[in-house]
Amino acid sequence: MPIKSILKLEIERVSILDEHGNYDEKLGAGLIPDADLVKLYEAMSSCRYLDEVAFKLQRSGRMGTYPQNMGQEATSLAAAYVLNQDDWLVTCYRENCGLFWRGVPMEAILLHWMGDERGNAMPRPHFATPIAVPIGTQMLHATGLAWASKYRGEKQIACTFFGDGATSEGDFHEAANFAANLDIPVVFCCQNNFWAISVPGKIQCSAPTVAQRGIAYGMPCLQVDGNDIFACVYAVKEAAQRARKESRPTFIEMVTYRLGDHTTADDARRYRDQAEVDVWKLRDPLLRTRKFMESKKLWNSSKEDAMRQRIEVEVNAAVARSEQIVAPEVSDVFNYTFAELPSDLAQQRDSMQTHSLASQATVRSEGH
Amino acid sequence: MANLNLVQAINLALIQEMEKDDRVMLLGEDVGVNGGVFRVTEGLHARFGARRVVDTPLAESGIIGTSIGLAMAGLRPIPEIQFDGFLGPAYDQICSHAARMRTRTRGAFTVPLTIRVPVGGGIHAPELHSDSPEAIYSHQPGIKVVMPSSPYDAKGLLISSIRDPDPVIFFEPKRVYRAFREEVPEDEYTIPIGKARVVCEGTELTIVSWGASVLQCMESIEKSSRSIELIDLRTIFPMDLEAIEASVRKTGRCVVVHEAPRTGGMGAEVAAQIMERCFLYLEAPVQRVAGFDTIMPYYKLELNYMPDANRITGAIEDVFSF
Repeated sequence: MPIKSILKLEIERVSILDEHGNYDEKLGAGLIPDADLVKLYEAMSSCRYLDEVAFKLQRSGRMGTYPQNMGQEATSLAAAYVLNQDDWLVTCYRENCGLFWRGVPMEAILLHWMGDERGNAMPRPHFATPIAVPIGTQMLHATGLAWASKYRGEKQIACTFFGDGATSEGDFHEAANFAANLDIPVVFCCQNNFWAISVPGKIQCSAPTVAQRGIAYGMPCLQVDGNDIFACVYAVKEAAQRARKESRPTFIEMVTYRLGDHTTADDARRYRDQAEVDVWKLRDPLLRTRKFMESKKLWNSSKEDAMRQRIEVEVNAAVARSEQIVAPEVSDVFNYTFAELPSDLAQQRDSMQTHSLASQATVRSEGH
Repeated sequence: MANLNLVQAINLALIQEMEKDDRVMLLGEDVGVNGGVFRVTEGLHARFGARRVVDTPLAESGIIGTSIGLAMAGLRPIPEIQFDGFLGPAYDQICSHAARMRTRTRGAFTVPLTIRVPVGGGIHAPELHSDSPEAIYSHQPGIKVVMPSSPYDAKGLLISSIRDPDPVIFFEPKRVYRAFREEVPEDEYTIPIGKARVVCEGTELTIVSWGASVLQCMESIEKSSRSIELIDLRTIFPMDLEAIEASVRKTGRCVVVHEAPRTGGMGAEVAAQIMERCFLYLEAPVQRVAGFDTIMPYYKLELNYMPDANRITGAIEDVFSF
């Protein structure tokens, strides 16, 4: 018996607007109306400016460790733009742009990185889950959230974001397997930004694409240019439609690049070449969107200047609000452990008020 | 009233809660068509259908992680982890997410799920099918840990766990599954989480125990001429410290019995709490009878590992001869 090939596979890559300004009229037709494109560009610009401000806040001791989103704004924004307001957006920590489009206030994100859990108290109308610090665990929650919607016979779906490093985690594979085998309407978006802190993508995945990991689970998968807002919108739209109509998951690899350090605690110069960063700076999603808008006479430098002024006011006001929020109650350390505090915990809470290190520090400083 | 064993009592509680509340659903390995490897979910797949009783892929972290999402969306999932030793792969989801979601979101999201887990040794099972990890999860803030030792308690505690707004690990001692039957009301009733049960009253010594070890404690008490009070904690966390305190102040002596390894086991916590609350009432140091600080042996030696009536009797004698 001759050995036969029983499966041939291919991965499609979608690119609509490339870094040279080439635009695919056919794929891009009717995808993003001009007025929306302007708004999306403004959203990316505002997110980028927040990144700059947040970096300075950390450096001046006004905020803790912060992960910049720089270069990756188009991915989550495209998802938030395409999805319904009540579709779950289950992110990790480099999706500010999508969360802001959803209506999550900037000060919530700032508050979170300022060490205050109240930043994660996502109001329900945003249908966004809290920032997920442990890598690659939230895709299972997205799968569960979408499953609950299916269980109730509703049309709500979930879309989850994670990095290339997260696809090395077992939970990614379990989530993909559950979603595919149990027909759960979830969209998996991998932001392949080539670096998991200092570890390059080839150590996470030796296959030519991350996208093909979806094939193993029997789910449609594709790769898109993640710095191309049109391509991202195209892919999420198709995936959302599949989820809603067929209750089937999709895996999208969004190829992007982390232009900044992993976080403010990192120094990427230790492990990657500036030449590589310089190449990716030319592929910046903001840059190409702006050029495209200018070529269509939707944008010019005076509009850019006016927007910049608006953004500065908006971001600075958010920073002011986040810094003016009154410190949390000390008892909040306990108050959200359970719906009802067990008596021993209540006793511990009361003892903290009288014997805590914080109060001792106050006593000591008063003594001097 | 029906005369039920632990398996049947849990099965009855699941049926009644599922009939009452469409948000309650079961998921796990083999829980559906097969009715669970211990038959705890027997008949539920046929009764409630594949939508509410779901056979999942074989992946513990996946079972708990998706359950967290289901619970965040407002359902009341009851995932089953087939054996105690397989909780390990789900540890991250339990401790990094289920336990912390309410705190990290300041109550915007909660995780009302009940994780059912057969626990403990004594059934001649293979490796990793006989462990007692209750202390590990009691040490993680944000989770409640329940372990009934009788059919009556199991039904009432399971209903409370399912209705609890926070995550509960519901350990089912597999050695008790079919060990005996008792009267279990068919009517709905609940037993509050965090409340111990005084199994028998006494004035000279208190035994604190939980799970299957309660049976060995009773065996030892029956043989003893002393007046011994037996407290079955029923909930490991939050622990009913008031019940322990009241009893030890009365008796002045205490032995703690559990199957889990001794070091860092919940017996150490019981002993420390007694030191803090009852020091001047004590006639003798608190003794622990526990599993050893070893790997749970394969089943040829498992009975040598687990606390039996003789070891408990030995500890009781030590306390009285102090």
